[in-house]
Amino acid sequence: MKSKLLVIIFILISSIGFSQKHEISGKVMDGSSGVPLPGVNITVKNTSQTIATDVDGKFKFSNLLKGSTLVFSYIGYQNFELKVTQSQEITVSLKESKNSLDEIVVVGYGSVKKKNLTGSVSLVSSATIENLKPIKVEQALQGTVAGVQVLANSGAPSSKLDIRIRGISSNGENGPLVLVDGYQGNMELLNPSDIESITVLKDAQAAVYGAVGANGVVLVTTKQGKKNSKTKFTFNSYTGFQETTKKIRVLDATEYALLLNESYTNAGLAAPYSSVVGLGEGTNWQDEVFKLAPIINNDLSVSGGSDKITYTFSASKIKQDGIVGLEKSGFDRGTARIAIGADLSEKLTIKTNLIYTDFNRQGLNEGGLGSVLFNAINTPSVFKPYDAVGNFTQVPSTPGYGIEVINPLAQIQNTYNRYNQERLNGSIGLEYKLFDNLKLTSRYGFQRGNSVDKSFNPLINYGDGKVFNNVTQSTVSQNTQKFSNYTFDLFAEYEKRILENHKFKLTIGGTLFEENGEGLFATGYDVPNNSWEFADIALAIGLPKEPVRTNGSYKSTPYKRPSFFGTIDYDYKKKYLLSYIFRRDQSSKFGPNNSVAYFNSVLTGWIISDEDFFNKEGKINFLKLRASYGTLGNDAISGDTFRSLLSGEGVYVFDNSLVSGVALGTITNPDVKWESDTKLDIGFDAKLFNNKIEITADYYNNTRKDLLIRATPVSGINGGSAPGSGNPTVNAGTVKNKGFEFSINYKNNDKKLKYNLGFNIASLNNEVTEVKNSSGYIESGAFSTGQPSPTRMQVGQPIGSFYGYQTDGIFQNQAEVNAHPSQLALGAEAQPGDLRFKDVNGDGLINANDRTFIGKAIPDYTLGFNMTFNYGGFDFVAYSYASIGNDMIRNYERTENKLNKLNYVLDRWTGEGTSTEVPRVTAGASSNNLFSDYFVEDASFFRIQNIQLGYSLPSTFIEKVGFSKVRLYASVNNALTLTKYRGFDPAANSGDPISGGIDYGYYPTPRIYMLGINVNF
Amino acid sequence: MKMKRYNIKISYFIMSLLLIITSCSDEFVNEKPPYSIDSESYFNNKQEYENALIGAYDMLQSSYLNVMLGEIASDNTLSGGESATDFVGIQQVDEMIHTPINSELRNIWNWMFAGVYRASYILEFKDKIDFEGKNQIIAEARFLKAYYNFELVKWFGPIPIKVDKRFSVKDVETLPRAPLTEVYANIESDLAFAIENLNPIPSQKGRATKGAAQALLGKVYLFQNKYVNASNVLQDLIDDANYSLVTNYNTIFENEGENGLESVFEVQYTDAEGAGFGCLQCSEGNVAVGFNGIRNYDGPLYDSGFSFNVPTQETYNSFEAGDNRRDVAILNIVSWSASNNATYGEGYKHTGFFNKKYIARKGDSNIGDQNLTNPNNYRAIRYADVLLMAAEAYNRGGIDDAKARTYLNEVRRRAFGDTNHDISASGAALTDFIWAERRVELMGEGHRFFDLVRTGKAAQAINGFTPNKNEVFPIPFEEIQFSNGNWQQNTGY
Repeated sequence: MKSKLLVIIFILISSIGFSQKHEISGKVMDGSSGVPLPGVNITVKNTSQTIATDVDGKFKFSNLLKGSTLVFSYIGYQNFELKVTQSQEITVSLKESKNSLDEIVVVGYGSVKKKNLTGSVSLVSSATIENLKPIKVEQALQGTVAGVQVLANSGAPSSKLDIRIRGISSNGENGPLVLVDGYQGNMELLNPSDIESITVLKDAQAAVYGAVGANGVVLVTTKQGKKNSKTKFTFNSYTGFQETTKKIRVLDATEYALLLNESYTNAGLAAPYSSVVGLGEGTNWQDEVFKLAPIINNDLSVSGGSDKITYTFSASKIKQDGIVGLEKSGFDRGTARIAIGADLSEKLTIKTNLIYTDFNRQGLNEGGLGSVLFNAINTPSVFKPYDAVGNFTQVPSTPGYGIEVINPLAQIQNTYNRYNQERLNGSIGLEYKLFDNLKLTSRYGFQRGNSVDKSFNPLINYGDGKVFNNVTQSTVSQNTQKFSNYTFDLFAEYEKRILENHKFKLTIGGTLFEENGEGLFATGYDVPNNSWEFADIALAIGLPKEPVRTNGSYKSTPYKRPSFFGTIDYDYKKKYLLSYIFRRDQSSKFGPNNSVAYFNSVLTGWIISDEDFFNKEGKINFLKLRASYGTLGNDAISGDTFRSLLSGEGVYVFDNSLVSGVALGTITNPDVKWESDTKLDIGFDAKLFNNKIEITADYYNNTRKDLLIRATPVSGINGGSAPGSGNPTVNAGTVKNKGFEFSINYKNNDKKLKYNLGFNIASLNNEVTEVKNSSGYIESGAFSTGQPSPTRMQVGQPIGSFYGYQTDGIFQNQAEVNAHPSQLALGAEAQPGDLRFKDVNGDGLINANDRTFIGKAIPDYTLGFNMTFNYGGFDFVAYSYASIGNDMIRNYERTENKLNKLNYVLDRWTGEGTSTEVPRVTAGASSNNLFSDYFVEDASFFRIQNIQLGYSLPSTFIEKVGFSKVRLYASVNNALTLTKYRGFDPAANSGDPISGGIDYGYYPTPRIYMLGINVNF
Repeated sequence: MKMKRYNIKISYFIMSLLLIITSCSDEFVNEKPPYSIDSESYFNNKQEYENALIGAYDMLQSSYLNVMLGEIASDNTLSGGESATDFVGIQQVDEMIHTPINSELRNIWNWMFAGVYRASYILEFKDKIDFEGKNQIIAEARFLKAYYNFELVKWFGPIPIKVDKRFSVKDVETLPRAPLTEVYANIESDLAFAIENLNPIPSQKGRATKGAAQALLGKVYLFQNKYVNASNVLQDLIDDANYSLVTNYNTIFENEGENGLESVFEVQYTDAEGAGFGCLQCSEGNVAVGFNGIRNYDGPLYDSGFSFNVPTQETYNSFEAGDNRRDVAILNIVSWSASNNATYGEGYKHTGFFNKKYIARKGDSNIGDQNLTNPNNYRAIRYADVLLMAAEAYNRGGIDDAKARTYLNEVRRRAFGDTNHDISASGAALTDFIWAERRVELMGEGHRFFDLVRTGKAAQAINGFTPNKNEVFPIPFEEIQFSNGNWQQNTGY
């Protein structure tokens, strides 16, 4: 090292010795407004000497050689070049760039100028994130990137978000690979303010990630300090409150009693209510359950740099309560981050980044039979929440009320749990410039997470026979889990220009990824005072009344994946672009018969606008055609699929005591391998009318083969239904996705009113073309109780299609019933007022064979429409998105006789000609509750996800007190949803590729009103 | 000097690359899962055979559904439950309108075959090593396999049979449903081995004995009308004198009566472990007991349940006057609640009667879900059943009516506490008495439907029963689809 430094110094000294040095200093400002620009990069052309302007836009560059050229560059502005002839002080006015083609985009292991991109790649900048104010980073992709959907599993603050790039291709994992600064990470626990940019790779461009890239790749880049910039403080804060966007309309007490009487009379039974006088409206349980909930967020960051060092420190804290149960479904997240970069020598640089996250959440029973919202919908409005002395009332236990329907307020009150996760992730990377055209990169990124959670099951009686009762012993369960992974990358990039017009870039290297996890579980009995305050195993020292095991543990099989890759990027005359990508993967998840995977992709581009015949100064300023084709893989399966393990449950009783033996676990498949996805993309990028309009359009056609079908149903003779066993994972299907994506952006910054309008639309055409199991389909999900699964993956249909009976109106009279084939095979003979099911197969019988496809959860189109306006100190943004053509299954109504009903039953059939849509009510047997299109609703929607109005105080005023920016704003998140769907949230989706369209009573995403402030100094 | 330094850097780079390359070795990538055992390298000592055997016994507990649904299918009880849509599969079987899509029937198919599979796992490796006592283990496995196969053939008719090997995933498309003769031949040979090798006295309560295998074989013969074979094997069992009738019928079905003198084979349950609706077959308790229990009951002695499997008035009346068994088999909830100040709810098809032998009682630990964890053992084969089977074999085979009467009257004397109710008939009249006796003696124990079917009485006794169809239940719809044309659905479905 020492000798190397000497050499460098010698070279420097010798060069200085022979030339004169100059100093250039001054200020850089926006050409139109005169606002100083901080962080502008100033580079000596063809060298690595770089500085940046400070907060006031000022700079000083010394030791410049005469004849060298300074390049001023800043994202969104045109480069400015200055030839050094003498020392001078200048003011540089940068013109706003009419195109952003020189932006550097991270794609895979390297990066490329946007102009030279040959794949379908979308970018979300920190500006968009600032506009959207997402609570989680994933939300910034919703509506902003064509072809990307972000699905909320629930509106509860801590719930998971699923990202879908170009639809659903797999019945297994559909989430993209997420890389944070190059290492495999995830977005959910990052502080949105720490994000510099998000790149989405949608096509074969992701091929360098091989067996893990098939679902698309999201590359998150965190913010770094800039060299030679003064310390900059940024403080953001907002606070607000949240409310439910919807309450489902149910029967009030009088309506309920009248309809109950009618349903009993219709069944030939005595009416339960002899009088409905005085019942009034009764209790609206949803009013009782939904609350206004607070949210508060603060974050602070400090960044800057010298000529060798850059640094960023940041910290954030967000606390969000739930609109159901407040803190009982709330979460909070604190983050701290430190990122330091240093030039260790001329050739060697180091980058480090460390993020600490502390995350807490509590949860309620949601999304299914017995959940809080399910109970709020189904508990009859005749009951009061509290009795005369203020205790919770009980929902009766007599037949007709359902054994899992309990007072939802009591349920909230008696739910106690807490989950905490501490996570540390980060990376350290070294870059070594061996020669000017050969760069070596070695980096190590890691994630470590530790979680502890506790749940307390108090002694509680919700009424005799209710399933949630705990009348024997109070228990407290405490678990701790730990997981870790690392990504080690090593690669070399070599660039070479041959014969002036041929430029090659070669990248080769390897990646090693490994993931591990373990956990420990324990339960304590007899919590003192039956109270959460005392709920800890340390205090709960009772013994279980029966000799049961009170603890457990697991350790996962290490997930290991060594890979090699290589890419060749070639351009001819900078106009004709060609890339080839190769990757070889091994994975501990592959079976012994298929242990190595190879992936190849080719991408091409043609920048037509650089051709001589093209007039760039005309209406079209830039035009590039792109095409890409390649294969990628998806290995997201459980690691032990090919292993036959004795992991089943074999427990019996001898001599009146439990004895444990062994039993076979999940049925195995030694042939299991990755899913492979062949991706074709053809598209163009264009800029029109003085670069004000930017258009990107793509056609894609993806074929996902060898789908890893988990728990592929196989015959019961193979024993898969035994305790602890299960059906095997088989490579048994194909799904095709094709569609168009189109996005257009119009930007006008010429006048005082500056605005930007963005619109994007994507079509989705999904078709299952092969399901190789014996039945030809896979079903999933549940409808009501004891009915076959309502959703399927079946050839010829989109994945997750709904499968049930087709209705044909209502039987108006007995003659119509008689004229129709008997519906007895469905469980009951039809009567006038019942749903008429179509004899779909025309065999003159109505039975299970008449089920058919009656809906789908995948939208035909997804759209995004975004606008930002600036006028003087005011700014306004609105982001919206829409989903068209998706259906949802209404499955949050319990069909027990005495429970409340949705108020659409007021339009029920009560006699000939009264209704052709809603069947009669009856307490007797009927087939009306079988899964049919009666329970399928159009869940298309349009949603304004954010409206924001801000005002920045004039800089003349704030600069006096030392601030560079003070902005106040008011914002509404999830402001408005237009839909015909009756349920809480048409945008909700469990994330399951097949059963995601079943609505079990989703916790709605809240509407958030917030006031905030951004301060920079 | 400069080049040398580059060489160092380059060799560092290459060495790191080698690190990744070496990590491609199979040993590195496919590290063994921690703390788990590979099924194909098991059976290395006696204990491992024992462990696998426990797994095979485990599936017996899921036969609660066979018992409950078998009773509901018969004329003894109605479906009950909360409403007409509460466990639709059960409701449909009660009405005899069940179709191939019936999750309860599918459960019986899946669970009994899982039992066959687990027993076959042991048999597949039976020759791997030798040790003292191996035959006892293999014999228990054979008994269990025969037990599960017999359940399957009773419910579904012809079933696929594979000798001493597990079914492979492809077998569903290639193995035929073996004809009844072949299925029974396989069961008989498994039981013959079991009789040969099982201990007459179990080493632990709950294990299969020689007597259990004899009784089951007798029953298997009787189902095929092989009266001579049946009478021989049952007579051997009676002569061995390891079992006898319990004097007081009252005590048999209470906790203290478990694994008693009369119990030839008993499925063991406990309340020591929790269970949930997500996996009923995983429960260590008798799920049927909670299902049969009194709805919303509040009072002494009994616990609440789901009011399925309720006996009819006709069933209640089928007991002769003076028969002590009526009030043991059937709980008259109206008179019980009146005299014990108890309250209860009326479920669907409420009759006023509950299946007293197998309803939830107080006194167990009520681990959640308490309805699914009742500890009541199922008395699968009682000595009284053996006596009545022997009587039937002697009578119907035209072998020895006197012996038949002796065994029949032995059962009746206990029931009435006297000899005044002895039967003196012979021939076909005696047959009718034996069949009538089977109904009342074995009331609520899940045998009735299959007795009616094998004796050709089902159509006249069971409402909605269609002859040449309902004798067996449909093969689950899914199985027909999995078989890809290999299996035909049962006639009429």
